[in-house]
Amino acid sequence: MSLIAFWGAVELGLVYAFVALGVYLAFRVLDFPDLTVDGSFPLGAAVTAVLIVAGVNPWLAALVAMLAGATAGVVTAMLNVRFRILNLLASILTMIALFSVNLRVMGKPNVALINADTMISPFFGLGLRDYLVRPLFVGVLAVIALILVWRFLESDAGLAMRATGANARMARAQGVNTDRQIYLGMALSNALVALGGALFAQTNGFADVTSGIGTIVVGLAAVIIGETLFGARTLLFALIGCVIGSILYRIAIQLALSIDGIGLQASDLNFVTAVLVTVALVLPRLRKGRA
Amino acid sequence: MISLDTIEVVFGRGTPLEKKALNGVNLTIEEGSFVTVIGSNGAGKSTLLGVLAGDVIATSGKVTIGSEDVTRKATAARASRVARVFQDPLTGSCGALTIEENLALAARRGERRGLSSALGSSRRAAFRERIAELNLGLENRLGDKMNLLSGGQRQAVSLIMATLAGSDVLLLDEHTAALDPGMAEFIMNLTQRVVSSRKLTTLMVTHSMRQALDYGDRTVMLHGGEIVLDVAGDSRKDLSVEDLIAMFRRIRGQTIDDDALLIG
Repeated sequence: MSLIAFWGAVELGLVYAFVALGVYLAFRVLDFPDLTVDGSFPLGAAVTAVLIVAGVNPWLAALVAMLAGATAGVVTAMLNVRFRILNLLASILTMIALFSVNLRVMGKPNVALINADTMISPFFGLGLRDYLVRPLFVGVLAVIALILVWRFLESDAGLAMRATGANARMARAQGVNTDRQIYLGMALSNALVALGGALFAQTNGFADVTSGIGTIVVGLAAVIIGETLFGARTLLFALIGCVIGSILYRIAIQLALSIDGIGLQASDLNFVTAVLVTVALVLPRLRKGRA
Repeated sequence: MISLDTIEVVFGRGTPLEKKALNGVNLTIEEGSFVTVIGSNGAGKSTLLGVLAGDVIATSGKVTIGSEDVTRKATAARASRVARVFQDPLTGSCGALTIEENLALAARRGERRGLSSALGSSRRAAFRERIAELNLGLENRLGDKMNLLSGGQRQAVSLIMATLAGSDVLLLDEHTAALDPGMAEFIMNLTQRVVSSRKLTTLMVTHSMRQALDYGDRTVMLHGGEIVLDVAGDSRKDLSVEDLIAMFRRIRGQTIDDDALLIG
């Protein structure tokens, strides 16, 4: 693996760290298996790309992308809370609908951002090589997101959200409006995922309607790899695990694809992903079995 | 003051399984009194508790807690007035959260929850002090996950949790039923101490006639969704468990006769 390929993997891992944090909020904190992310990730990318092409400030474009993602999360939450549709199914409905929405937003399956100014543009040419600037920039944002999510979950409001996922009956007895927590949690989760999509579009220079396929598996893989390596003893460890897990996942994929002897090619990506996630799921159990 | 005014609760109305769980229950609880509720399975004890907590919305009648009409209010919306300890230790607290996180959650029961840190140092110190009251050594384990605790320890912490924020009524739902006799006694002594030192208006549902007479200052017996006995003061003092059982048998016998008459 070349140096550029390595930093490319780190960069992609950091972009997907936002997805991992969002997936952690939905799956682990709220106990809500949310597949909306397969739609809200490309939604974030699409909204950002279209706005940037239209000349909107790239930071503002990313913010609007987050709002769009939050809206998608609210739709899923409403299908579940208000209309009593099973959470998994509710999220699949939103995800499917978003595919069409994303095509409408872009007007075509693919929008290129060649030569357009992005959030990262001002940081190029400051002495660092481009392939280092991008992961550094996304990394700083990821750390900020991690700290914000961590502080939120350790606050009174965050505690109410965690209680909603862990023991809804108890939460209600403590005066927590659990329905509202699901709305809020799904909005936050999908806003983070959409921000990931927005950064994906800005670092890669395009938005594509198919880029959302498998987002949920990648996010889950990051969460699980993080939990396997760091454990879930404290919240902070679990969140750091999400970010590191996301980076390690990308490096592992890059490694698997770049070792010539194995004979894997780019189209084998999804298979390799499934194997990696399976290994990450089975390893902790094996370790426990031996102890 | 708590008052239930001709409360009726019907489950599955209009279906073949229609069941009247409460049938015109009137109950007024003075501030600071400690009422114990007994009754056999299906007598309506849990429904009565649910009507007060908000888990069950009455089909008709009026529920007043602390001068507020809460008849139609959901559990979360009336939580500022209602503190509660559940029968199942796993229900009353969050196993996945630490002891102090559970306490922090309970300390803001029914209040707005903001973005400030849930576990500031002053709050931590206050929690430590309250948990130290238990003499279970848990004050040194505040950072432990709740699911590392035994059922009895969890109920003890739940009792403390119920008293961290103010309330108009404390509901105890057979909160010692899942414990061994020694731990049950510990929890009952603790309950007594907490209720009397804080002058809490309390309603305790119990299966144990002994508990129903030994604790509190008034005992209510439910049967078939109705209050069939309501004793306080001297007449309650003279009552023995045997008397209660005899009464219980008589009431049950009567209803069986009534049923026989109906069917015959």
